[in-house]
Amino acid sequence: MTTKKFMMVNRKAPYGTIYAWEALEVVLIAAAFEQDVSLAFLDDGVYQLKKGHQTKGIEVKGFEKTWGALEDYDVTKLYVDQKSLAQRGLTAEDLAIPVEVLSRAEIGKLMEEQDVLLSF
Amino acid sequence: MKFAIMISEGPYTHQASDTAFHFAKAVLAKGHEIFRVFFYHDGVNNATRLTTPPQDDRNVVSRWSKLAEENSLDMVVCVAAAQRRGIVDEGEMKRNGKDATNLAPGFRISGLGQLIEAGIQSDRLVVFGD
Amino acid sequence: MLHIINKSPYDRPALDSALATGEGAILLIEDGVYAAVKGGEVEGKIRGAMGEFKFYALTADLEARGINDRLMDGINTIDYAGFVDLVAENKTCQSWL
Repeated sequence: MTTKKFMMVNRKAPYGTIYAWEALEVVLIAAAFEQDVSLAFLDDGVYQLKKGHQTKGIEVKGFEKTWGALEDYDVTKLYVDQKSLAQRGLTAEDLAIPVEVLSRAEIGKLMEEQDVLLSF
Repeated sequence: MKFAIMISEGPYTHQASDTAFHFAKAVLAKGHEIFRVFFYHDGVNNATRLTTPPQDDRNVVSRWSKLAEENSLDMVVCVAAAQRRGIVDEGEMKRNGKDATNLAPGFRISGLGQLIEAGIQSDRLVVFGD
Repeated sequence: MLHIINKSPYDRPALDSALATGEGAILLIEDGVYAAVKGGEVEGKIRGAMGEFKFYALTADLEARGINDRLMDGINTIDYAGFVDLVAENKTCQSWL
């Protein structure tokens, strides 16, 4: 099978809408298809990675532990926009898993290198 | 060139499905090929045959069905997203104990792998959403 | 890269996000076309970005919203066929939803 570079671009916060969760489902399938998968988190998308989701009160299935499972799928390229973190008063320490924090320009360069950009 | 189209919102509430439709028509008019149209998130709601829009307005669902029929388009509705939102074909009805189907002509329900395959096989993939 | 923006700049930060991310072509569609209006608060931002980006707006969306009579200079208006050409000419496209 051809391998292409797929980047999932996540820009929405978790739980207020379903895009974050349904994007993760795409990531897992792309990995199962052995594609070259990376994830970029920009704008409110960085909130998806914030550790400590406790969704019992809103009775919505939480997906924080899925981040930990990505490594088992060989999905290790997670890029987080530095400016989006700073704007929201977050640092890499607040996030559930290790990520690469990059400038917007660096993320832009990575986006240009992709074959497929899936926007959520 | 081979194009793939992803539609992430349902009919009427967002313009996404309309823009995607006009884009798809233009792709075909220019002599390109559409490998697949993939409906995800609320986009699966474009596949219900139960809509009755006003007579003087466009029929979003049936014009997709017509475009698919005239151009042999492959229009795929994501099974997981469809199950959540109640878009049902014969197979899903039997599998999940439902008492009705509502899938419009020209659409088929299948897995997310179809989206990944569309990305692999096409030269360009465009996302229409909110 | 082709950046597709479908939301008004006064509603969502999609335009800012696209401008920060590099260079290439920006296509305004749906409610995104409001960014192309003369005299709006974002006009300066768009003019400033014209060195790095080529700006396009979808005619059908401008006309639908009654704003094709007040377009900024430097915005190229295109139809759906032109939209297809833009996608074909750029290796990838990002929809800033």
